[in-house]
Formats: sequence, structure tokens, C-alpha cells
Amino acid sequence: MTNSSARGTVLEPETVMGSPRKARRLEPFRGVTLGAAWLVLLLLAAIAIFLVLKAIPSLRQDNGNFLSTKVWNPDASPPVFGIAVLAFGTILSSLLAVVMAVPVALGVAIFIAEYAPRRIATWLGYLTDMLATVPSVVYGLWGLIFLVPRMQGFQHWLATWFGWFPLFADPNNRTSVASRSIFVASVVLAIMVLPVVAAISREVLRQVDPALKEAALALGATRWEMVRMALLPPSRPGIIGAVMLGLGRALGETIAVALILGTSFAVSLHILQPGGNTIAANIATYFGEAGSTGRSALIATGLVLFVMTLAVNVVARSVIYRSARKQGGVR
Amino acid sequence: MTAPALTARAGTSPSGLFKVRGRRAAANRIATVAMYLAFAAAVVPLGAVVWYTVGRGLTRFSYRFLTHSMAGVGPLDAGGGIYHAMLGTVEQVLLASVISVPLGLLVAIYLNEYGTKGLATVVRLLIDVMTGIPSIVAGLFVLAFWVLGLHRGFSGFAASMALAILMLPVVTRASEEMLRLVPDTFREAAYALGIPKWRVILSIVVPAASTGITTGVMLAVARVTGETAPLLMTAFGNNFIHSNPFHGPQESLPLFVFAQAGNAFKVNVDRAWAAAMTLILIVVVLYVAARLLTRRDAANRR
Repeated sequence: MTNSSARGTVLEPETVMGSPRKARRLEPFRGVTLGAAWLVLLLLAAIAIFLVLKAIPSLRQDNGNFLSTKVWNPDASPPVFGIAVLAFGTILSSLLAVVMAVPVALGVAIFIAEYAPRRIATWLGYLTDMLATVPSVVYGLWGLIFLVPRMQGFQHWLATWFGWFPLFADPNNRTSVASRSIFVASVVLAIMVLPVVAAISREVLRQVDPALKEAALALGATRWEMVRMALLPPSRPGIIGAVMLGLGRALGETIAVALILGTSFAVSLHILQPGGNTIAANIATYFGEAGSTGRSALIATGLVLFVMTLAVNVVARSVIYRSARKQGGVR
Repeated sequence: MTAPALTARAGTSPSGLFKVRGRRAAANRIATVAMYLAFAAAVVPLGAVVWYTVGRGLTRFSYRFLTHSMAGVGPLDAGGGIYHAMLGTVEQVLLASVISVPLGLLVAIYLNEYGTKGLATVVRLLIDVMTGIPSIVAGLFVLAFWVLGLHRGFSGFAASMALAILMLPVVTRASEEMLRLVPDTFREAAYALGIPKWRVILSIVVPAASTGITTGVMLAVARVTGETAPLLMTAFGNNFIHSNPFHGPQESLPLFVFAQAGNAFKVNVDRAWAAAMTLILIVVVLYVAARLLTRRDAANRR
């Protein structure tokens, strides 16, 4: 069937009466929608192009190495700045957040899909989705005012008993007062990432063929065995995709991290101590006071963030697509 | 394990026919408890955020707070309000919707009704990838393109463009899902009457999907209403009532929270909580309204 449409099953007039090509030409509306689709492609390209254009001036003036310099003085003369500290903080905090969030998120997804009573499962799904729409600035405020003082005891305890582990080391005993640390930021990030990972995982679990689950139960599997042997293995690629989308979300989260960490610019492996910063949070914190070179330098770091999240998202989406196709999904 | 004894009592096996004992039963019970705990571990912090915000926000929330701006409020003064911020947020989000909803709908129509295999797949992937673009990158793009590139300066409209970029993928995907749910028989019946395709789409397919599309749009609006990061470098913030979104810096509710929270004084933090509560209220009302809309529609169709 030489049908121009994606819906091959519908008998459209253009295919019934005469040449489809002629019919297509007679349809300006198709052109309008096609233009809109191309606009999306152009928009993504424009984002990359304009970020590059506006990043170049500062990179030309940078007296340090953009990738390895560990200071941020773009408005000094001569300007010296680098992304090393920020990239390190971004990746570290996001990975920590994902490590904390994923087991819980998976539990939530499985709980809503298999354990919760049918009647309330939909509502629980709505509830978690609704909590996902709570603005990040609110999480930041909560993290700063509520969580930072209350985490002091726990952070100090971790440093005291697990200080031998390099990440938890606490030279100069700086966790004895409330510490606006990468660790607290990661906890808040984990809370924010959780609904995203849970929602997508739930979607993935729902696509598993019910016959598989029924077969497992019919063979006498307990509910947990059914989950472990029939539900999780076919969902694995999709769940990996969901985790990566969560990672992408954590990488780009700005305001919550900016509020919790405040203005600091130090690379440190001691995640319990105050300090550390991320690309996105640094943009939010320094934008107000940045001069023209400073703004350009912030755009340069934004470009790096854009490339990082783009890569993570493309990989995640293609993993999800492939698993959906294997499951016989619609896409 | 020996052959399970047949018993009428409901065992741990969901089938209820066999009694499962020993390690398997223990593992099953531990897993069940773990699932409940995981759900609690997820909902408790999320609920705590909302609960604490409302509790702290109520202390400062008042009619006066909603109807006054920050004009003439000194750094240590307790007065002031969020009128200017709400005005900015409403204008910016409305403008963002005006840009992104028609565009997103057109892209969705292309994907579902006209799309050819190759381009449609690429566009769909890119739309999904766009969902993952950090909001601050959208802000930086508008900064680079509009504020600095075209020398237009900070404005509410610049913020709207950044928000529109964030809304576009959400609106497109939601609309596409809804268009896909419209039965093909609708289209075939219309074609049989000799109606041209564009007319079928605009007069039959889109109206049939309109409730679902409205829900998607409202969810997208709820999402961008709380966006802060892209506004920092587009709307920039303003302590005064500024109603013209096309010229000059404008305040918005999330920006207000961020600016106030950055200060250490109690008067500022109190204002931040009250504004944060207002923000949550707006977002939750939008979300619940969107959900109720679909539910009512589903009930009507039944």
C-alpha cells in the first residue's frame, strides 16, 4: 500500500482517488504541520549553535585551561576559570542521588504495579506524580531550612564511624556544626529524582505481558518470585533507561542545589563537609553578579551541561525504545 | 522442598492453592515488607516537604501578602507581598502557553496523522530528548539568543520563550497520545463523506481528543509554573509591579522564593515560605483540576 500516512489501516481519500502525490500537494495544512516538526529540529540545533557562539568570547580570553582549571574568576583581569570543580561536583552529587533514589523508586514502582490494592493503586500513582510537580525551589528551601540542621547529627555520626571511608572523611572536624554539604544536596536530589524514576519504571512494568506473570503464578511461584523471575528480567532495559533519565534530571537540577550549597567553589572528595558546587547551581548563584565575560563563561559551562544531559538522554531513550519494541509496544 | 500439600486456606502464594513454607515464604514476606517500606520511604519525605511548607507558609500568608508588592520594603522590614510576582508568573506562563500549545499540537498532528516513518521517528526521539533538557539550559539559550544576541534585554517575554521550550515536548507528547486514542472509524466515516483530510483532523480528530489535550496542557503549565532556573537569566526579577511582559525585568513567584530564601533574615525566610506555599497551592490546584477533567470525561464516555 503506497500510503503516505503512518496509519496504514485507514483508507484515505488520496489513496482511493488518484495520485497520492497530487493530493499531498493540495494539502497546505500538511505543510504547516511539517513545518512545525522541522521547527523542533531547528530549535535543538539553534540551542547548540547559540550556546557555542556566546561561549566562544570567554573561552578565547580564558587564561586557564577550561577543562582542568579549578578556580572561577571569569571577570578578573586576566580571566581565569575552569569547569573541573563544577563537573566533578555535578557528576558526584548526581551519582549519589541516583544510588540513593533508585532502590526506593523501584520499590515504589513494583509496589504500585503489584502490591498495592487495585482500587487505590491508580490514586497512589497520581499522588506520586503530583508530588513530582512540587517546584524545585520549594525543595531547595526545605532542604536549606529544614534538612541541613537536621542532617547535622547524621552527618557527624557518619563521619565519626565511617570516616575511614575516603568519601566520608572529615578532616578538621567540620561536621560538628550544620554543614551545607554535597551529601545533603544529594539527599534532596534523590527525593526529587525518585518520582521520575518511579513513574517511568511503572510504565515499563506495565508493558510486561501479563501471560508471563500468570504463568509464573500458575507454576506456584510466590509473589516475590513472580516479580523477580517474570516481571523484572523483561523490564530490565526499560528500567535502566528510567534510571538514566533520573540521572539526567539530577545533572541539570539547579535551584535546589544552589540554595543548599550556596556560594562555594572548592573541589573536595569529602562529601559531608561544606563546599562543592555543580554546573547548574553555579550558573544560578553567579549569574546575578557576572559581567559580560562572566556571563559568557557561564554559558560555556551550560553548553557542557547541555552536551552531558543530551548524551545521557539520547542513550536512555534509545534503550527504552528498544525494550518497548521488543515488548511489542506501540512505538 | 516436597510436593506442596493441597489446602483450601489461602497461603502466601497468590493463587491461594498452595501453602508455601520455609525459605521461599520468608523471602516473599521480606520482599512484601520491603515494598511497603519503599513506598513509605518515598511518600514520607515528599509529603514532609509539602506539610512543612504549608505549616511555615501559613504564618506569614494573608490577603495583604497577596495584594502588595515589595516596593518600598527595606531589607529588614517584615511587610511586602507577592502581587508583582504572581502577576509576572501569570503573564509569563500564559505567553508560554500561547507559543507552545499551538506549536506542540501541530507537531503532534504531524507525528500522528501525516508523519512519514523516518522524519517522524527522529522528531519523536528529539521531542523525548527535549523533555530531559535541563531548564537552565533553556534559560541560557534565550539569554544567548534573545537577551544578548538580539540585545532585547531581560523581559517577561524572554522568560516565556524559555518556558515554552520546556512546555513544548510535554504538550506534544500528551497531544500525540490523545490523538492516537481517537478511533480510526471516526476518520474513515469522515473520509467516506468526502471531507478533506485537514478538515477531518481539525473538525473531528482534534475535538474528539480535546479533553485529553487540555489535561496535557494543564500538566505542562503546572510543571513550568514552578520553574525558577531559566527565569534568573530571562525575567531577572524585579521588586516592583511591572505589568508589561515585553519590556524590562519582571518578577515571578519562583524567583521571589529564590531571592528571599537566599537571605539569612527571618523576615525574608518567612516571606519565602509563604510564597512557596502559594506556589505549591497553584501547582496542586492545576494538577488536580487536570486529573479531574480526564476522570469526568472518562465517566461521561462510559
